[in-house]
Amino acid sequence: METSLPTHSDNHAAHHGPAKGIKRWLFTTNHKDIGTLYLWFAFIMFLTGGAMAMVIRAELFQPGLQIVEPHFFNQMTTVHGLIMVFGAVMPAFTGLANWLIPLMIGAPDMALPRMNNLSFWILPFAFLILLMSLFMEGGGPAFGWTFYAPLSTTYSGDSTALFVFSVHIMGISSIMGAINVIVTIFNMRAPGMTWMKLPLFVWTWFITAYLLIAVMPVLAGAVTMVLTDKYFGTSFFSAAGGGDPVLFQHIFWFFGHPEVYIMILPAFGIISAIVPTFSRKKLFGYSSMVYATASIAFLSFIVWAHHMFTTGMPVAAELFFMYCTMLISVPTGVKVFNWVATMWRGSISFEVPMMFAIAFIILFTFGGFSGLMLAITPVDFQYHDTYFVVAHFHYVLVTGAIFSLIAATYYWLPKWTGVMYDNKLAKWHFWCSLISVNVLFFPMHFVGLAGMPRRIPDYSIQFADWNQIISLGGFAFGLSQLIFLALLIKACRKKGEPVPAKVWDGAEGLEWDLPSPTPYHTFSTPPKIK
Amino acid sequence: MTEPNTSNAVLVKKLVLAVVCMFGFGFALVPLYDVFCDLTGINGRQINRVDASQTQLIDKSRLVKVEFATFTGQLSGWRFEAVEPFVSVNPGQMKAVKFRLVNLNKDTANIQAIPSVSPGTAGLYLNKLECFCFEQQLINPSSETEFVMQFFIDTALPKNIKVMTLAYTLFEVENQAVVYPAQEQNNDRS
Repeated sequence: METSLPTHSDNHAAHHGPAKGIKRWLFTTNHKDIGTLYLWFAFIMFLTGGAMAMVIRAELFQPGLQIVEPHFFNQMTTVHGLIMVFGAVMPAFTGLANWLIPLMIGAPDMALPRMNNLSFWILPFAFLILLMSLFMEGGGPAFGWTFYAPLSTTYSGDSTALFVFSVHIMGISSIMGAINVIVTIFNMRAPGMTWMKLPLFVWTWFITAYLLIAVMPVLAGAVTMVLTDKYFGTSFFSAAGGGDPVLFQHIFWFFGHPEVYIMILPAFGIISAIVPTFSRKKLFGYSSMVYATASIAFLSFIVWAHHMFTTGMPVAAELFFMYCTMLISVPTGVKVFNWVATMWRGSISFEVPMMFAIAFIILFTFGGFSGLMLAITPVDFQYHDTYFVVAHFHYVLVTGAIFSLIAATYYWLPKWTGVMYDNKLAKWHFWCSLISVNVLFFPMHFVGLAGMPRRIPDYSIQFADWNQIISLGGFAFGLSQLIFLALLIKACRKKGEPVPAKVWDGAEGLEWDLPSPTPYHTFSTPPKIK
Repeated sequence: MTEPNTSNAVLVKKLVLAVVCMFGFGFALVPLYDVFCDLTGINGRQINRVDASQTQLIDKSRLVKVEFATFTGQLSGWRFEAVEPFVSVNPGQMKAVKFRLVNLNKDTANIQAIPSVSPGTAGLYLNKLECFCFEQQLINPSSETEFVMQFFIDTALPKNIKVMTLAYTLFEVENQAVVYPAQEQNNDRS
């Protein structure tokens, strides 16, 4: 890892550059170093969680049980979900926030640099604990990433204690990251950087940070209740002691629904930066984008029970949650139409970040549409817990969040490393990913509608053909990400054409006024804002 | 800086306070959920415990089918059944039904049956005078016990509810550390 990390030292920082060796990374308080650590950590977790997905798809290649035990299969689906949500997507966005927010608002660093170091360095331990629990007697967590009671209380193994502890650490890390982002944006903006001049990535992260502060403590409460129910004889979720298992789902999804927006709002910010650059036009409807983000964040708190339509809610409640859920498509639609309107009559060029951004807009919209289908209460009874749901949330998370992260990496990587990435590899990466991801996830809609349940290691014979195709798509998508790994290592070793300060001719923003690669210390004196 | 700022320390304190409040809010959801469910009766746990003085006139114009479902949950070595799988009653009519519980194990066990009504809202109109589910029961090994449950349905039952299911699930109660809802103190959840 050490050799492949980019070094930010250059002439500007010669007298006050980074420390040498491993200590640089352990004790760093530099937002760029911490951003790099977050991004590499997220990428390693992405490959780890991806390897688990490969196990899942290998088992599902054929009906029947071939490769793994059902209990191990359950551990794979559970830990795959936990790692991808808390280990890959969220830390990757935090890494981008660390790298970019100070550059975008003209600040010398994050507001709380030492807390920043702590919030990163507790994260590897959280995932070490989670991954080690897979090797203990009785196996790791196997109750799904949603850890519904009583699966996680009555029927879980002793690794549950480790699971709870690791989720607590992840939560503390995210909360510290969120506090840092809010304080930075409040207090560290350069003179003249008013609220409505903030780049959208900063705005979306600002709102995301509030979502994190509002819901991560609720998740911490939920896992604590699971812990005390399991080990200390409380009965929050046990009917025998006057509790209610359905209460767990309410508490979990009160966290869980805003959580999905935590994973997509920063993506909206990234796409809102990339699309104008390569369309060579200003972003269409800047202020409507800000208000749409805020409305999505607000609505995310009053739709949680759409995950629970089949728990036997009264019809009035089902209708309320159905209509509120559908309402979210209005601000989301505003965003999609604004991106399309930005591209309209622009002089578009198709560099790799733009290709990923366009793929994001189209495929995320697919995921949005299947979300609307799931929002309709009566049909949700058929779709609930099938592969249709799996298809839906992988479209919004893989071709949504992950594609936006890849797009962001291609967009800002030359700025970080000072060299252009290998364009040929990047194009291979794009086309392989785009085709394989659709082979992987699109047929899941079909098997889901036909009734194939999720989280089960076996299936009826009629689903065999599609599952074989899905698995092949899965393997191809997994291998495609190795192209990305090769490209990243090459770029971090500075193999490539040097790039100018303004890497993309249509780009706007403070970060493009800085030299490439970005000096170790930037904006020690605040920039002038036009 | 563009505007006069609150200092970092003040802002951090406010945000940490928000985090602590939200952690508390997660736990506050537990009693809030109970209150909400008791008021609306939506989760079927709300069954009224009444005494004989609260009986009503009998509404002979309609019959309601009351089905009984019994579950032994995670316990093994138990047989638990309703003597009659269902009864049809007029709202307001007092009815006594019997349940049979057989302990096939060689140990004495402390048992509690937890009731649940579906549709959930029907629970608001189910009044019980006597039920084995009100208390924990100490059951001897290799024994057969019969319990009586006496109930009537409130005449205010909405006309669209024609069938209701009353389900009981058995739980073994270990003597320590199990917190019970305040069944004896108030009548709202038994």
